[in-house]
Amino acid sequence: MAGETIPHQADSMLSMRRTFRDRLGYLGRLLWRDRSGVIGLTMILVVILAALLAPHVGLQDPLAQNLGESRMPPAWNAGGSWDHPFGTDSLGRDLFSRTIYGARVSLTVGLFGVVIAAALGMVVGAIAGYFGGRIDALITGPINLILSMPYLLFVVFIAAILGRSLLNVILIFGITDSPIFARVTRGEVLRIRESAYVESAVSAGARWGRIIFDHIVPNLIGPLITLATFEMSAMIFYEAGLGFLGLSVPPTVPSWGNMLAEGRKYLSSYPWLTTFPGLAIMFTSMGMNLSGDWLRDVLDPRLRRARR
Amino acid sequence: MPPILDVKDLVTRFDTLDGVVHAVNGVDFRLEEGETLAIVGESGSGKSVAMMSILGLIPSPPGRVESGSAIFQGPGGPQDLLRLSPKDLRDVRGAQVGFIFQDPGTTLNPILTIGDQISEILTRHMGMTAQQSRNRVLTLLEDVGIPDPELRYKSYPFQLSGGMRQRVGIAMAIACTPQIIIADEPTTALDVTVQAQVVDLFKRLRDKMGVAVIWITHDLGVVAGLAHRVMVMYAGRAAEVARVNDLYEHPLHPYTLGLLGALPRLDAVGSRRLVSIDGTPPDPLISVSHCPFAWRCTHAFPRCWAEAPRLTTVAPDHKAACFYDLDKGRPRDA
Amino acid sequence: MLRYFLSKLALSIVLLLGVMTLAFFMLRVTGDPASLMMSREASPEQIEAFREAMGFNRPLGVQFWDFLTGAAVGDFGNSLHYGSPALPLVLGRLPATVELAGVGLLMALVVGIPLGLVGGLNPGSALDSIGRFIGLLGQSIPNFWLALILMLVFAVRLGLFPAFGRDELTSVVLPAFVLGLAVSSQILRMTRSTVLEVRSEDYIRTAHSKGLQPRTIYLKHVLRNVAIPLVSVIGVQFGYMLGGSIYIEAIYAWPGMGQLLQQAIGWRDFPLVQALTVFTSVVVLTLNLVTDMAYALLDPRIRYGR
Repeated sequence: MAGETIPHQADSMLSMRRTFRDRLGYLGRLLWRDRSGVIGLTMILVVILAALLAPHVGLQDPLAQNLGESRMPPAWNAGGSWDHPFGTDSLGRDLFSRTIYGARVSLTVGLFGVVIAAALGMVVGAIAGYFGGRIDALITGPINLILSMPYLLFVVFIAAILGRSLLNVILIFGITDSPIFARVTRGEVLRIRESAYVESAVSAGARWGRIIFDHIVPNLIGPLITLATFEMSAMIFYEAGLGFLGLSVPPTVPSWGNMLAEGRKYLSSYPWLTTFPGLAIMFTSMGMNLSGDWLRDVLDPRLRRARR
Repeated sequence: MPPILDVKDLVTRFDTLDGVVHAVNGVDFRLEEGETLAIVGESGSGKSVAMMSILGLIPSPPGRVESGSAIFQGPGGPQDLLRLSPKDLRDVRGAQVGFIFQDPGTTLNPILTIGDQISEILTRHMGMTAQQSRNRVLTLLEDVGIPDPELRYKSYPFQLSGGMRQRVGIAMAIACTPQIIIADEPTTALDVTVQAQVVDLFKRLRDKMGVAVIWITHDLGVVAGLAHRVMVMYAGRAAEVARVNDLYEHPLHPYTLGLLGALPRLDAVGSRRLVSIDGTPPDPLISVSHCPFAWRCTHAFPRCWAEAPRLTTVAPDHKAACFYDLDKGRPRDA
Repeated sequence: MLRYFLSKLALSIVLLLGVMTLAFFMLRVTGDPASLMMSREASPEQIEAFREAMGFNRPLGVQFWDFLTGAAVGDFGNSLHYGSPALPLVLGRLPATVELAGVGLLMALVVGIPLGLVGGLNPGSALDSIGRFIGLLGQSIPNFWLALILMLVFAVRLGLFPAFGRDELTSVVLPAFVLGLAVSSQILRMTRSTVLEVRSEDYIRTAHSKGLQPRTIYLKHVLRNVAIPLVSVIGVQFGYMLGGSIYIEAIYAWPGMGQLLQQAIGWRDFPLVQALTVFTSVVVLTLNLVTDMAYALLDPRIRYGR
């Protein structure tokens, strides 16, 4: 015997929680719980702002040499002045502005390097993962080869041969770093391809283009963004390292690596030449690592949970 | 004779990022000596969490047992398991209460031999020497029907089939001749034919040992040949408790009726459609103060939305938490 | 097991061939290896003479074959700077680099493993936060910069350690510390996350359900399962250290392979650079092979598996 009509609240109960406000609230709680994520993101923001605003904020010209004012100590030391808050280098160039300008080089290298690496890697990895079989074997062979080589060695080798320019550096990093993006992409594509709902989409007659965009791409975003953050941090390191060896951008361009190379010569006499670029790198790197960790926590399990 | 396990008012919650999960919301039951109690419910009904809570096997952040008592008649006298110190609980687990888990593929440590994993229980609780425990393990392996025990003693889990691994699981549970065995969906992950073998083996051992068993499952079919009494759980609460036959022939809770209706039956006359229950289980993040089944119940009436029904005896040895009388087809008299 | 070893060996050899091919072609990527190696002031006649002498005018296939067969017996030609065979020069530097990487690894293990264990067993605790912060620092500090700063503070200003060279027992301390710090952070994170993962496995719940003592559960069940992937990571990190010590060796004038590489680049002594690159790859590949074998020995699924 039927009773009174029951509102089907079972369904609305579940869907109620997934409104936009709840998602925002969830994000807020995630950020708060893991405050390091906020710190990391703020740090990155500072660096980005510094890079973008550098030419517009009335800094000293980073290229202007002034031999009369060379090797001045930072402003808070004796002999320093607030004209040059971080002091000057051996050619009298203002360190503060060079440090800030250095962010532009590092971020450019990091950003474009990662974009190239990701684009290249994603395409290659997706092809390998999607088509499998011979194509896959043909692609993963060289990928594993490159990934198991001592990376630094080859980057240095190549840089030594190609010569100093921003473009070269970006290209080198972009190409040599693409295998890791390829490997991650391939892994994800394989996993998703095998999953039940792609099978059902295929059997329902979906075209492979739709499958790629509706199913594969959303699941790739999480791991790839996380990877991109860490790789960008690594590229900033490597650029500095190459600059330190004199293999990065030309010596006049203010880059943190170049500054460190110069600072090394005057280490015990004028240590601040070394200190500030190093601190800048450390600051940027910490921001990226913290953000990358937070992103990984946020994006990964979320995606996997939501999919269920 | 007091029941060997008497649980009252068990409440377990989990603190998660999404909020507080109300996994178990006030469960009472008793387990008599030598009896097999089946606990039936869908995923998320709280059946596993409830049993694990009693023995302190819930990861403690984020889980917490809010309230309840679990009086166990152990060899040293009655103890409230929920009030025992972790050290004392460890003495109970494995020795007086044995466990069998669901997935034999992941329940065994992959890098230790079978023999090692069984004998460590014996060394821990019964103080046996290496030689003594080895002999006992070989006997156990024979008892659970594993051929060539000497070889299997030195084998690793990956070298055994799923069915054999589950037999090892049973061997681990009975090693110290416990008074209670808690089996959490032990046959769910097995092939159907293997299931039958394992259940048979288990019945034989149980009858031989006279051990009390809590058998958790979502499969009503297995329950019929195995259990004496059944407790049906829904949304972290007990919906109905009865003797097996009473439950099957005379269910008194609409949820149970729904579950039974969804069972395909060989003796169905003509072609009977499988009846499924409309709707989905309630969200465990929300704690309700009315009957949790009300949304999906075809017999719900205003009282169902106003208060939560308690588990009450509505027939001899038959309890149900429901305000509606299925026999009479109308709300129960107060 | 033997099959596992042989297949890994075969793979390593293939990889090595790949490395050698890359090394060969990288020199020729600008089209003219001769002008690459000669100084800026060299005249076209000098460059041509050099080209003849080095055999760069021969067909590429012939050059490649010569290179491969030469490399197989250890002949990488002569170093342009020293005028003597390249490989023995490289080999002479090997012990110093191994010492540096070895001590660095030791330091990394001593710092990374305990902190990682504590973090995994007590996530969210104060020690865990400290450990994670140290891990973050280790990851974020550019090692060459740290090398300079430490040298400044501890060697020059405080005079506690030698700033250069390998002459004294304590010479290795500063460079090894810098090298080990980044690695320690990797090991810390890896240990911590593996411990957390293993703890959440079903078989640990089984171990608890048997009423085993906590000590047994952690030592026998958790840690043994943590150790296996950790061995793999440690091996890989050691490989990185062997191959990636260029900066540290350059800064501390540590007479290892890394310093030689940096010098060789400066001298445009590309035969030497080539020899160094290939040899370092050999070392790293061998190390990976050894690590794989250790992993196989420890994990019974591989040792006795199909």
